Parts: sequence; structure tokens; C-alpha cells
Amino acid sequence: MLVNLPGPWNPWLGRLALSEIPYTNPILAPLFVVVVVLVLLMVAGITYYGKWGYLWKEWLTTVDHKKLGIMYIILGLVMLFRGFIDGLMMRTQQAMAVGPHASGMMGAVHGYLTPFHFGQIYSAHGMIMILLAATPLLVGIMNIVIPLQIGARDMAYPYLNALGLWITAAAVVLVMASLFVGDFAHNGWFGYAPIFELAYSPGVGVDYWIWTFQLVALGTTLGSINFIATIVKMRAPGMKWLRLPMFTWASLSANIIALTSFPCLQVAIGLVAADRYLGTHFFTAGFGGNLMLYTNLFWLWGHPEVYFVILPAFGMISEIIPTFSEKPLFGYVTMVLATFAIAGVSWLVWLHHFFTMGMGPYVSTEFSVATMLVGIPTGVKVFNWAFTMYRGRLTYTAAMYWALGALFLLLVGGLTGMMLSIPAINYMVHNSVFVVAHFHMMLLCIVYAIFGSVIYWFPKVFGYTLNEAWGKTMFWLFSAGTALVFIPMFMEGFMGMTRRLDWPFDPHWAPYLDIQMLGILAYVLSILAFVVMLYVSIRDRAQHRAAADAWGTSRSLEWLTASPVPFYNFAVVPQVNARDEAAWRREHGLSAQRASHYDAIHMPNNTGNAIIIGGLTFVLGFALTWRIWWLSLISLLAIIAMMISHSAKGDPGHVIPAEEMERMDREAERAMPRADLPRHSGGVLGGAIAYDSGAAGAGSRNLRGAPDHRP
Amino acid sequence: MNSAAEKVDPEKVVLWAGGHEGHDVISTRTFGFWLYILSDGMLFATLFAAYGVLSYTHSYYTGPTPAQFVAPWYTFIQTMALFLSVLAYGFSMTALKHGNRAGVINGLLAASVLGVVFLGLDIHDVLRLFGVHITPRTSGGLSAFYVLTQVHAAHIFFGLIWMLVMIYQVMRKEFTEEVIGRLISLRMFWQFQAVMWVFIYVFVYLWGYMS
Repeated sequence: MLVNLPGPWNPWLGRLALSEIPYTNPILAPLFVVVVVLVLLMVAGITYYGKWGYLWKEWLTTVDHKKLGIMYIILGLVMLFRGFIDGLMMRTQQAMAVGPHASGMMGAVHGYLTPFHFGQIYSAHGMIMILLAATPLLVGIMNIVIPLQIGARDMAYPYLNALGLWITAAAVVLVMASLFVGDFAHNGWFGYAPIFELAYSPGVGVDYWIWTFQLVALGTTLGSINFIATIVKMRAPGMKWLRLPMFTWASLSANIIALTSFPCLQVAIGLVAADRYLGTHFFTAGFGGNLMLYTNLFWLWGHPEVYFVILPAFGMISEIIPTFSEKPLFGYVTMVLATFAIAGVSWLVWLHHFFTMGMGPYVSTEFSVATMLVGIPTGVKVFNWAFTMYRGRLTYTAAMYWALGALFLLLVGGLTGMMLSIPAINYMVHNSVFVVAHFHMMLLCIVYAIFGSVIYWFPKVFGYTLNEAWGKTMFWLFSAGTALVFIPMFMEGFMGMTRRLDWPFDPHWAPYLDIQMLGILAYVLSILAFVVMLYVSIRDRAQHRAAADAWGTSRSLEWLTASPVPFYNFAVVPQVNARDEAAWRREHGLSAQRASHYDAIHMPNNTGNAIIIGGLTFVLGFALTWRIWWLSLISLLAIIAMMISHSAKGDPGHVIPAEEMERMDREAERAMPRADLPRHSGGVLGGAIAYDSGAAGAGSRNLRGAPDHRP
Repeated sequence: MNSAAEKVDPEKVVLWAGGHEGHDVISTRTFGFWLYILSDGMLFATLFAAYGVLSYTHSYYTGPTPAQFVAPWYTFIQTMALFLSVLAYGFSMTALKHGNRAGVINGLLAASVLGVVFLGLDIHDVLRLFGVHITPRTSGGLSAFYVLTQVHAAHIFFGLIWMLVMIYQVMRKEFTEEVIGRLISLRMFWQFQAVMWVFIYVFVYLWGYMS
């Protein structure tokens, strides 16, 4: 052993022992049974329908950016649900345990969760929501949309793309494994020195936390290299820089942030690992260690990471609003500049996460001013969106609802952020739930943008629109949940309630915590509405078949190709003539023009290597967590061997002949509803004058299922 | 900017870029590898920051400071070995321009032998320090010293494995776009590690010796 471990260890199983499986825990044991039953049902179902081959060939070995994107999104949605359940448990615990006389059960003095268990839940909630829910959802949407928006056939490195997905999936499996084998970190999602040191956290929880972080950081860094190279190198002819769709610009800046900041996280967490595994003294309380060094290094990544997740969300809003305002994005160039200004300032503000470190007035002032500066480019963006809508011909689709909701949350989150940027106020509310409510506004702004863009781009990927009525129902339920949970939380913050309380001791908080439970109920209903929306949409998919331009008013390049997008994206790569190419062609009556000549194209081959390496990274993470050295070594060597053998084989790819391309393109064309050219010609200035498109279903803008009831 | 008022002749406007080649494999690979180098640079920058924070007198607790144990002349030999290795790699790349397979292989072999010399000297130095009980566990400052220098050594180690793989690929394969792209990437990697070593040599060994 490299360090003195408290507790047993043996060379074969490391720290693993039967007692590490929490089969006596009244929450985890039944959950484990449920998970096992679900997995068995899935395996049985796949076997019964004989879908293993399909699953392996079409999904697990794919290098197609759209399928990888879909899998990223599924992963993100599953983890969003897991993170929500963590949130639900925290809300329930606090509502039950409030006040000195609150009763306890299941081993807890107050409520039903012991402090140790509660600590694991809030740590897992934070980490999962940011790194394993928001990040995969955004990366998934970027994966699907960016190559389509720039007119590329795939990402620059399709294999690396698959590798990024499967390493992220390994991180997800590792964090889920911590539920059933051992425990998870209880040091908050970002970790505090020195509580995560071996002396104070002797279990495997912190080790799970370390290796999950490392895996997801690796996966995201690989992804960011791929996105930047794709945007720089793979644009279609004529796609000049100032013709790039706004979402692509936002993703570019976000990925530059990711590329440069994730290494800082890897170092910060890696040094924690060195302390725990090698006995070094980076962050120990004695021996010359420096506790605040950890906090600085972590937030050196942590704050840029915040903008890594918010900037793509801004990009999504910038796509949805112009489409449903029937106007080009207002102030495109200022929007690009604002995006990069935010990305730049993101590197200068990390200290505002811990003003209470006490770095003196000069340093505090610098970081305070830098933080306030963020408000300027963000304000530019908000005004640009507002001016895009001003005198536009607005259509309130479900996607637009989510985009507008995101704007509202951005406003609330941004203004409370401005309050927090003042050190004097920050000292008052530091670590209170006011701060928690503030950053949930920002993160929910991202979630709103994600739901909006899932609805917005769904027809492009799957070929039919999602049910509008259920999408709006979900929006209202979700918004009710947001209001009911977080408005009381802001108030509790001012009443002095600190974050992470397993026992909220002051009975005055009780009514607010009860209102939050109502909010949680609304969130649960919104999840049900989401499931119903998916069910209804899939059931009625034949009636809701989307044309190439699914909304009839779309603007960027991805709406030129067939819906659902064929695996080759564009049968013939488009020549870009304008900033909003699809809108430009529509306005000039060129939408129906098809290429007269097809060429053979070259596509990458599928490979099973990516998923195998992903699986091996999980084994490596698990073995390191449990300190099973032989298994760590073997999996590391196997990963290197797989990489060398992949490099030796290379990928010759395959060629699809021109005739085949022409046939597939015609077929995709025929499968879509007829492209009716003048979808909507009437309506003046914000829909002041009544306009009826005539025959039902003449334009996909009149979404069936939710008829457009404008006056 | 594009109003429908401006007339576009549907006969003349070019809407499709038939025969578009996509992208240049080597340039795309090289660009991507530059991006990786950028992230690696951030990794070292963060380690240097940690080293800087942990180089106060109190960071060394009661243990020795670098002034008491670093040997700049010894590490200067390491510097020379790494620089000559980069030079040998450069000869290999010159041979690649002429399509000279033997020249490429000889250059790579020389570069990897010099890399092994560098790594051997590093390991020897670590063992010397361990022998007098100067270990990463002595103090926070020494933890930073070891992690910074040994993360660099680990990069050199993986670079050497990569070099062996490339020697094998050059012997067995044609000079395909993939092989050439990998040789260019490895050159960037190797030169970047040499540059990082310059920083380590200056800030850790020279500066440590002087302070």
C-alpha cells in the first residue's frame, strides 16, 4: 500500500468487501432491486425482439454525430432525472426535519436521512446536474446541430467523438455504481479542503468523486477539441465566419472555454488524488499544504465551466427566437462579440465564489468589478433578443415558451448575480440558500433552453414534431415548480438559512419549506407531462411528419436537408450565399431547387473500439476507487493496447457511389410531406392583422394538435 | 443584410458545391493536435501555479528546500539529451520530406534513445533523492516539486511509447496521410515537452538553486 489505509485491504479485491454493499439501507436496497429488475427487463426485451445486432451495429459502434448526439442526450436526461430525485430527497428531508421537535426515522434524529447520507446526496446532486446532466445534454445538442449548421458530413474526428461519449458514459456508470457499492463523497460537489483528505474522509466516497470527475473531464476535453476543429476546418464553401449561425458561434466560444479550463480541473482533482493515494501534502492542514490552493484551482475551472454551459444555451435561444419571430437575429455581430466577451471575462472572476477567503479589499474589488462586467455583454444579448422580437411576427410554440422562460430566468439570475458580485453583500449571504437559489436560476435557464431546443430540433432529427399541447403543459408545470421552489428559497436565504442543512433548525422556515414541496410536486407532474408528450408524439408521428424546414420559418443551414437527417447529412454539400441560408433561399424562392449532379461521398466506418475503451476507462476508474492495483494496471495497459491497435488498423472508410446518393436523396425527399412553397405570406407587424393560412395543414407552422388561435 | 428585394437570378446562383472535397486530412489532424497542445499547456500552467503557491518557505514545513537538493548541472545533461532528441526528430522529419524511409527510422531511433537517456537520468535523480528521504510526503512544497517534474516525465514516457509505435508503423506501412499526420503530431508533442522542460529547468532547478 502507498498510504496507510484505515480499514481492511487485500491485494485481490482491494477495499471491496460484501459489507460495502448497503443491503440494509431501506432506501438503497429496494432501489437496487428496482434497477436490477429494469435492467433484466431491458435485456430480456432486446433479446426477445432480437435487437442485439441492431443495437450493436446502429448505436453502440456508430461514429455518426447525430446518433452519438442522441445517446448523449438520453444519458443527460437520465442523469437529469437522477439529479432531480436527489433534489426531491433533499427537499423532503428539509420539509420533514425542520425545527427542534421534528421527529426522526430510519436512523436519523430528524427527518429520514442521516447527515452522512444527506451529505452524499447534495454532493451527488451538484456534480451530476452540472457535469453529467447539463454537460452531456449540451454536448449532445452541439453534436447533432453543429455539423448540420456548417454543412459538414460529420465531425472532424468521428472516432474521437464516439470515444468522448463512451468515456462520459463510463463516468455516469461510475457515479451510479457508488449508489450500490460503497458510498459517495459528502464534501459538497466542489469539495472542501481538507475534509476530502484521507484522514477525514476515509471511505471510498471521495475516490468515486475523483475518478468520476477525471473521466468526465477527459471526455469533455476530447469533445471540445473535436468541436473547435470541426467549426474551423469543416465549414461548407461560402460559410464565412460572419455567416456562422449563432448557435455555432456560441458553441465555438464555449468549447474554447472547455478546452482551456478542463485541464485545470484535472490538475485540481488530480492533486487531491495524489494526496489520497500517494500521501502528498498539497491540501493538507499541516506539512506545508495550502487549503485555499485547492479552492482557487477548482474555481479556476469552475467559473469558466459555468459559462461553458450557459453560452450554448444562449446560442439555442438565439436560434429559437428569430425562427418564431420571423426576423433575422438583431445585432448579429454584437452578439458574436458579446459571446466572446463573456468567454474572456469568464477567466477573470473565479474568486467571487469565495470572497470570504479574505483576500483584502484590492483583490476583492478587482474580482467584484470583473464580475459586474459580465453584465454588459449579457445585457447586450438580452436586448438583442428583445429587439429580435420587437415588431416580429411572433408564434408562441412550445419551443418559444421555453426560450422566453429562459430569458426570464436569466433576468432573475443575472440581477441576483449582480447583487452577489458586491463583496459586502456577498459576505452577508455567503453559503446561504440565497446563493443556491441564484445559481439555480442560471442553471434552470440552461435547462429551459435545452428543453426548447430539444423541441425545436426534434423534427430535424426524427422527422416529426413533438406534441405542442403537452410541450406547453410541461412548460407551465415546470415553471410552477421553478417558482414554488426557488422564490421561497430566495426568501429563506434572507432569513439566514444556510445551504446543506440536513436539519433546518429554525421553525420559522417551515412554511417556506412546505411551499417548496408543492414546487417539487409540480416538477414531478412536469416529468409526467414530458413522458406523455413523448408517448403522444411517437403515437401520432405519422400525422406530424415534418418537412425539411420543419417550422416553415427557420433560418440556418440545417433546415435545408431532409427531415429526418440522412446519415450523410447533405447529399450534395450546399454553397452558402448568405448569413441565414435557409431563410435567404426561401425569400428568393429557391427552397425547392435541388442539386442536378451528385458525387460519390466518403464516410467513416463504424468501430467497436470506442465503446470498449470507454468500458475499460470505467474498469480503471472503479479499480482505482477501490484500490485494486492489478486491475488498474491491466485496464490501463489494455486501453493503451487498444489505442495502438486502432492506430495500426486506421479507418479506410467507405465510399458511397453517386447513383446511390441520388437514389437515397430522392427517397428522403419523397418521404417528406410536400414542400408547399408559400407557407405564409400574410400578417403584418406582430400579427396585428388576421391571417389564416387557408387549408388545414398547409404550413407546418400551423401545428396540428395545437392549432394557432390568433385573432 | 439579405432582403428579398435584391434580385437573385435562379439560373445563375450557385446553391450546391458539387465535388466539394470536405477537408484536408493532415491539416485537420494537425490543427486538432495543436488544440490538444493548448490544453496540455493549460495543464502545465496549472501545475506551475500550484508549484508557485507551494514554494514559500513555510510550504517546505521543516524539510529541505530545493536550494538544498537540486543539481542544475546534472539536470543540464537532461536538458541536452532532450534538446538533442528534438534535433534528431527534426532530422527524421527532414528525411520524411524526401520520402527517405531509412532516414525517418534512424532519426526516430536516435530521438527515442536520447529520450530514454533523459528519462533514465530523471529516474536516477528521483532515486537519489528518495535515498536521502526527500520524498513527496516530506512537505507540500516537495509534493509540488515531484508532481510537476514527474508529470513532465510521464509525458516523455508516453511520447517514447508513441515513438516506438511510429517506428513500427513507418517500417510496416506506406507514408499514408494518417502516418504522416501522426509523425507531425508527435513532432509537435515532442517539441512542446522540450519547451515545458525549459520552463521546468528555469523555474524549478535554476530558480530553486538560486533561492
